[in-house]
Amino acid sequence: MIWLIGGIFLTAMSGIPGLFTSRTGRAGEHIACGLIITGTISGMLGVILALLHPATSSINLPWSLPQAQLALQIDPINAFFLAPMFLVVACGSVYSLRYWPQPEHPSNGRKLRLFYGLICAAMMVLLTARNGVLFLVGWEIMALAGFFLITTEDNKSEVRQAGYIYLIATHSGTLALFGVFACLDRVSGSLMFPAAHSLAPAGSTIIFILALIGFGMKAGLIPLHIWLPGAHAAAPSHASALLSGVMIKTGIYGLVRLTSFFALIPAWWGWTVLVLGIVSGIMGVALALAQHDIKRLLAYHSVENIGIIAMGLGLALLGRSYDMPALVALGLAGCLLHVVNHGLFKSVLFLSAGAVIHSVGSRDIDHYGGLLKRQPWVAAMFLGGAVAICGLPPFNGFISEWFIYLAAFQPLQQSTSAVAMAVIAAPALALIGGLAVACFVKVFGTTFLGSARSSAAAQAHAAAPLMIAPMAALLGACVWIGLLPTTLAPLLNDAVAVWSAHADTSSGIIGAASAPLSWVSLSGWLLLSLIVVIGWWLRSIKRRTTPNADPSLTTWGCGYQFATTRMQYTASSFADALVRLFKFGLWSERHGGNVSGLFPQATQFSSHTPDAVLDRLLTPLFRASAWLCRRLRAIFQNGEIAFYLLYFVLTIIALLTLFIF
Amino acid sequence: MTGTLALSIILHLSILLLIAPLLQGIITKTKALFAGRRGAPLLQTYFDLARLFRKGFVFSRTTTWVFLAGPVIGLAIPLLASLFIPFCGLAAPLSFEGDMILFVYLFALSRFFTAVAALDTGSSFEGMGAVREVTFSCLAEPTMLFSLLVLARLSDGMALNTLLGSYLATAWHSDASAALCLVVISLFVVLLVENSRIPFDDPNTHLELTMIHEVMVLDHSGPALGMILYGAAMKLVVLGALVVSLVLPWQTGWWLTDALLFIAGLAGISVIIGIIESTMARLRLPRIPQVLIGTSILSIFALVLVLR
Repeated sequence: MIWLIGGIFLTAMSGIPGLFTSRTGRAGEHIACGLIITGTISGMLGVILALLHPATSSINLPWSLPQAQLALQIDPINAFFLAPMFLVVACGSVYSLRYWPQPEHPSNGRKLRLFYGLICAAMMVLLTARNGVLFLVGWEIMALAGFFLITTEDNKSEVRQAGYIYLIATHSGTLALFGVFACLDRVSGSLMFPAAHSLAPAGSTIIFILALIGFGMKAGLIPLHIWLPGAHAAAPSHASALLSGVMIKTGIYGLVRLTSFFALIPAWWGWTVLVLGIVSGIMGVALALAQHDIKRLLAYHSVENIGIIAMGLGLALLGRSYDMPALVALGLAGCLLHVVNHGLFKSVLFLSAGAVIHSVGSRDIDHYGGLLKRQPWVAAMFLGGAVAICGLPPFNGFISEWFIYLAAFQPLQQSTSAVAMAVIAAPALALIGGLAVACFVKVFGTTFLGSARSSAAAQAHAAAPLMIAPMAALLGACVWIGLLPTTLAPLLNDAVAVWSAHADTSSGIIGAASAPLSWVSLSGWLLLSLIVVIGWWLRSIKRRTTPNADPSLTTWGCGYQFATTRMQYTASSFADALVRLFKFGLWSERHGGNVSGLFPQATQFSSHTPDAVLDRLLTPLFRASAWLCRRLRAIFQNGEIAFYLLYFVLTIIALLTLFIF
Repeated sequence: MTGTLALSIILHLSILLLIAPLLQGIITKTKALFAGRRGAPLLQTYFDLARLFRKGFVFSRTTTWVFLAGPVIGLAIPLLASLFIPFCGLAAPLSFEGDMILFVYLFALSRFFTAVAALDTGSSFEGMGAVREVTFSCLAEPTMLFSLLVLARLSDGMALNTLLGSYLATAWHSDASAALCLVVISLFVVLLVENSRIPFDDPNTHLELTMIHEVMVLDHSGPALGMILYGAAMKLVVLGALVVSLVLPWQTGWWLTDALLFIAGLAGISVIIGIIESTMARLRLPRIPQVLIGTSILSIFALVLVLR
């Protein structure tokens, strides 16, 4: 435990020495990076030791605040949230040495590092907290540090706006969480987290609804995702990786932890989470397809992946309601493993996107093209991340989605009860997977393949090795989980045992006959060796028959002699067919592009897909209510003293009547 | 244990590698007969492959290593996927609970790399093919899953060996036969889409704006093209085997007759594909999503039938 506390202190303090160093010197960032790495290693050591020796996994110190205690505990559930966090934080901090060097960013580099360390420490506290007050303190520090990370470049108006929306959203969520803990206090009699499965169902409905709002807002479940795309696009890339890969998972952690308290889970909880997950998954990926800002696109993929995680959690909750241990185990394992996996591959993607943005200077995918030749390593990392996020074997995304598929097939055996409807999760996940493949073919193809669409992309510089190494470490972890998933089976079983009410029957399912991880692992190795063998064979034929390819040959242009790079498929044209299929939920805006007559004039076309909830629903709604309030103010506060005196009298009369009755 | 596993893997792969090009020959022969021509010899695909593997490559200067990753993975995936399905009277060598998900996702991996390799040429023509491929397969994938759900419900298992197992012989005589019929139709449509056959795609044209798969592999040449053609032929066998095992589940007990029955079934499927290609026109592109969504609804209907 002492290691974890040491880690919390080291990471929290990591940005402070830098405040006293030169604005343009590099000493501060090296100290910060060193402290963060030491802190995360120490934290990881703490988690490993706590898991090996459960007796030393908790600490409980008095605190002067009422009802509050400094109670921390590590168990297999929060280990699944902590472990990827340590890796992502450490990799992001190394990456930032080249991506956001202090000499290039004298005005905001120090601020960025201060809050980067602080958010990491806050997440460690809230993920291990066993007391409501401590949890909320960690939550609030995390939320505010996140705000400062998002508004790093606060000289840009779009960044300020994204930060403002985030601040409003996160505080609405925190308000709901205050409600959750107040209700928990009334039900259980203390602000300490109750033991698992100890709470009676009384009063649970309001707690669940408030938690779904508060935690769902942080996780980014549709329709509560409004803050997410803008915020993740505005932050520097390694901060986006942290926010998207780790911070939004604290919402999922909250839901997982909270649902473990209750002895009985009403069936509608599971259905609600499952349906929200399916909607977030499908709409998240559809919105992602329609984007051509690479970071907004990745941010919408976070919504999609949170949807997949929520589907796993929803199935696990249904398993508890309908008393199906296999469903509980597979659903929760899929949920927790996808939390880890998404943290890893989304960070790879954000970091490699950052390397591209760093060298091209634009976030618009349609300005890229042909970058594989300029940045071969970044392209390889992005390709690995893309295959992983699409859930394709042999990477880690497949393993967690496979658990969720297996869970979705479980209800088939209980066709008489309503739970059989839950099989709908399987085709929904297949649709999400298909759309994700489409989206990442689009991103990878438009960014790294073909020829450059802008002069900046044609002159892009290769990424520094210090930027590649963190991505390689994260991708290595993805490959490890994808090829050796059996190594995680014991931990998954432990987590299921902690969460599930039937610890004796449902633990031990992962990796056993009903979820044979060793076979999946064998298939992954077979796939890898087949690809290597065939690739080697093709290479040897190529060496023999075509030792030197003719460099003057261009791609066949259908006989057209004056082909330009602008004729390639762009991000928008690639996604057009699918975006039209989803027009009921996307409402893309299309401008121009009308061609008429035999000899048409030059014309322009652009398409743009604003957020369906924020831009289409909430903004008009808030505009209308602001207009209404202004009108009301004009009527009631019209500047005449007589009216104000009348309000006084009316208020006093109202208070008196209230007093009398 | 390891010995028998290796032996059955080798047996499976060699049968697949041997018979795959034959089916293409049967399809072209059927089409030729319908057109009143004599047509290419049955074994023409074998000759084509042998010729292609002797040739050299032509590369556009735009392309990178990703361009060659498409053919490599396009060949590796059908080989691996074939190990999960029973065919030719042999049980699948690799079989475990949930292998059908891996089966579906392996083809998604192959699609990812084929489409990415197409975009690597920087040609708008190939981009067009890549778009269509990923768009239509998005719509075909839920159908596949609904069909698998029906089979999993009927067989009480989650491995393709069980899903395509002996229970089918009795299931065809029970109430479930209607659902099985719908599943066979849905899977046959998936087979046509995945193998880019008429009415969804035309494997013969290279120069029209309506095709999908052929345009993606337009710039490949020599051994790489050979790998793509071989991979496509094996994909037809693998997906065809799925349909054949559903339609002809009866086992005689002798391996040889089972194998012959299975090969006859595959030949029958090739003839049906040939007949469809000779008698139908390709669908207009905007119609394809409608047909695919219609097929999904058929498979949902099948699921409702078995869940009620």
